[in-house]
Amino acid sequence: MSPQTPNTEPLLTVQNLQAWYGRAHILMGVDLTVGRGEVVALMGRNGAGKTTTMKAVMGLMDTRSGGVSFDGRDVSALPPHRIARLGLGYVPEDRRVFTELTVEENLEVGRQPPRPGAPSWTPQRLYTLFPNLAEMRGRRGGRMSGGEQQMLTLARTLMGNPSLLLLDEPSEGLAPRIVQQMAEAIRALKAEGLSVLVSEQNLSFAAAVADRASVIEKGRIRFDGPMQALLEDDTVRRQYLAV
Amino acid sequence: MSFYLVQFLSGLAAAATLFLVSSGLTIVFGVTRIVNFAHGSFYMLGAYLGWSLIERWGTTPLGFWGGVALASLAVGALGALMEVGLLRRLYRSPELFQLLATFGVVLVIQDAASYAWGSEDLLGRRAPGLKGSVDILDQPFPLYDLVLIALGPVVLGLLWLLFNRTRWGTLVRAATQDREMAAALGVDPAKLFTGVLFLGSALAGLGGALQVPREAVNLHMDMSIVVEAFVVVVVGGMGSLTGAFVASLLIGQLQAFGILVFPQITLVLVFLFMAVVLVIRPYGLLGRKEEAPPTAASPGPPLVLATGLVRWVPALLLLLLALVPLVAGDYALIVLTEVVILALMAASLHLLIGLGGLVSFGHAAYFGLGAYGSALLVKHLAAPMPLALAAAPVLAGVGALIAGWFCVRRSGLYFAMLTLAFAQIAWSVAFQWYGFTGGDNGILGVWPPDWAAGKAAYYLLTLALAGGTLFLLRRAAFAPFGYTLRAGRDSALRAEAVGIDVRRHQWYAFALAGSAAGLAGGLYAFSKGSVFPTLMAVPMSVDALVMVLMGGIQTLSGPVVGAALFHLLETEVMSLTEWWRLVLGLVIIVLVLAFPKGVAGFVRDLWMRRKEA
Ligand SMILES: Nc1ncnc2c1ncn2[C@@H]1O[C@H](COP(=O)(O)OP(=O)(O)O)[C@@H](O)[C@H]1O
Ligand SMILES: [Mg+2]
Repeated sequence: MSPQTPNTEPLLTVQNLQAWYGRAHILMGVDLTVGRGEVVALMGRNGAGKTTTMKAVMGLMDTRSGGVSFDGRDVSALPPHRIARLGLGYVPEDRRVFTELTVEENLEVGRQPPRPGAPSWTPQRLYTLFPNLAEMRGRRGGRMSGGEQQMLTLARTLMGNPSLLLLDEPSEGLAPRIVQQMAEAIRALKAEGLSVLVSEQNLSFAAAVADRASVIEKGRIRFDGPMQALLEDDTVRRQYLAV
Repeated sequence: MSFYLVQFLSGLAAAATLFLVSSGLTIVFGVTRIVNFAHGSFYMLGAYLGWSLIERWGTTPLGFWGGVALASLAVGALGALMEVGLLRRLYRSPELFQLLATFGVVLVIQDAASYAWGSEDLLGRRAPGLKGSVDILDQPFPLYDLVLIALGPVVLGLLWLLFNRTRWGTLVRAATQDREMAAALGVDPAKLFTGVLFLGSALAGLGGALQVPREAVNLHMDMSIVVEAFVVVVVGGMGSLTGAFVASLLIGQLQAFGILVFPQITLVLVFLFMAVVLVIRPYGLLGRKEEAPPTAASPGPPLVLATGLVRWVPALLLLLLALVPLVAGDYALIVLTEVVILALMAASLHLLIGLGGLVSFGHAAYFGLGAYGSALLVKHLAAPMPLALAAAPVLAGVGALIAGWFCVRRSGLYFAMLTLAFAQIAWSVAFQWYGFTGGDNGILGVWPPDWAAGKAAYYLLTLALAGGTLFLLRRAAFAPFGYTLRAGRDSALRAEAVGIDVRRHQWYAFALAGSAAGLAGGLYAFSKGSVFPTLMAVPMSVDALVMVLMGGIQTLSGPVVGAALFHLLETEVMSLTEWWRLVLGLVIIVLVLAFPKGVAGFVRDLWMRRKEA
């Protein structure tokens, strides 16, 4: 694809994605798309399958089936590190900061070569985006607050210069002030040209950042449309989202 | 005074070697979560390769040190090869399989080394320029050992730089903590692991090659060092380099001074030290709590009580077996007696693994306790056979109660290592306490009285006792006791939440299994007429594990079938070739590779695939 002709095909296309934990069938056939430069909110109650969807896209589930194509490539059979190197950045909900490593070292683990067509990041640039991190470069991940860890995981994933971010419940358990910062960070990333799939239970947070919403329940997508449409659809909200 | 100083320095020199080897082991474990039994074999190979190279070039310092370095690198390459060819396929397998696979490599390397270098002790050349000794407070101390003492901290420093100042080291530390997250960030775990195996194995090889001027190279180096290195790694905290360093120093000194105070039980001292450390500091001196303790055995489908005609199969089989003496000759009866004894041994181990999820690496201890208990009663008190046989399960049961009290306090790998430690304690008592146990000469003349001396009579006696015990074990599996054990295996937390004292049940199971193994040991002693320390040694424990693995963990009849298969295969192979270790090692490796998730996992995968299709 040449840079002159805009590519209208979605960056990420998920079709009939199924996944299992051991013998428990969790995803029953998820369909999703994320367009280039788009921010999509994956909404649903606790246990609806948001995390599982992201893990399955990343290749982190032992058993899965269905199609995942990213940037025109079928990635459904690739191991996680190959998927990551293609430009898919995963930010897990439980953060999974390397607690024994310093902030700088955590960033180093995420570092990948620059990728054409995606914003490229250096620790310096990330320290401007997340000023708190700059003050604690030498601190171990285990000695940071939850909010700081959340910023660090995001920054660490950005070091891989992804073109699409999978952000799993970034606002979960954070103080309102940090949630605010997080929303601003996501908007800044969108402005840089990044696409984002962000899972959320918090409707106002999703509304503040997302263009479109997909609502998942019991491992299937029950609603897909512009964020505005979801905000106006009381039935869907009452049925599938805890209000 | 000066004597103690020299003793202290000898301890430091031993600690340096121990640190080289155990640092490699702990690095490999930290990243791959695999306890590599073959690590000791890499040490031994390093010594053999070092010996050959030093014989050729070792007349000049450059040739000597070049030879040491080359031996180390070659062993490192072999370790990398093992990662690519074997371990890589096993990262998601139950630990039992990983341990067994690396033990298969131990056996293969044993025979390969024996083929290449023979079984004679090899004495190596001493390091040019470092042949003399220096006087330390008027006591001579070897110059070469001083170099070793200095090498320990130097290697620790270099490793520290590697892990803290290079990108590779940072990635390794990240993957040590969270392999999956590192992969999700684009780090190829496979490549990292190959590199780690290279480094770890090269350190073992280096440790081995450096021994050439100090001690004879022989085929026993592998097991003795790997067991010591396990202790160091467990005491220091699995995965902790500094921990390994501190533990090496402590254990080096413990050995250096222990030999002055308790020359008979230096080995026991080391393992006791480890058991005490683990009870006080569960994760070793500098280890950290495992975030997700690896599971020992994958939980299987529930056991189902056979119904209908199938219910009668064991009884029918027993009847058929009882009729065998009518047609079989003495040789067949001897082999069959051994099969029955081993079946009991395997079934008792299966009680722990299959029902309790407790992978014991030292089950031979209780087999040996039973065997030695019987033999010692006969030898020292001239006890009649029935009394000696009755004492076997009691003694083994008491031993298992004591060891079990410590072991069940830990789960997973730490449990396995503790059981191994207790088995080594039992083994070293049998091996070192010449006056009482006869040391490696064993105890001879443990024959049954006239009424049971015939092969057929002893076979029937064995069949009756083992069959009865097997029946009792089966009853226990289906009794509330068995269900409780399985509940604890599948989810200890949940079981505790509903008020089940998991640990207590595991402790009882440990004692029960030990006691049954003890009876098997007693029967074995009278069938052979003698006992030897090898009955309690690591290979015996591993044999029992292989039997359980061959038969499959998920059924109660599995261990019985596995024991029969294993023993027939072993007798067959041993009569055909002297390279039986090689064959057995390869069989283990092939088995593990064919069923990397265990037989049950294999069946489950098949089922999933059919469902999807
Ligand atoms: N490790 C696991 N093992 C078994 N089941 C799991 C595991 N993780 C999640 N589940 C189950 O999968 C379903 C979906 O979970 P998840 O994807 O985490 O939901 P969400 O992220 O939307 O809260 C839930 O029913 C949950 O109980
Ligand atoms: Mg979730």
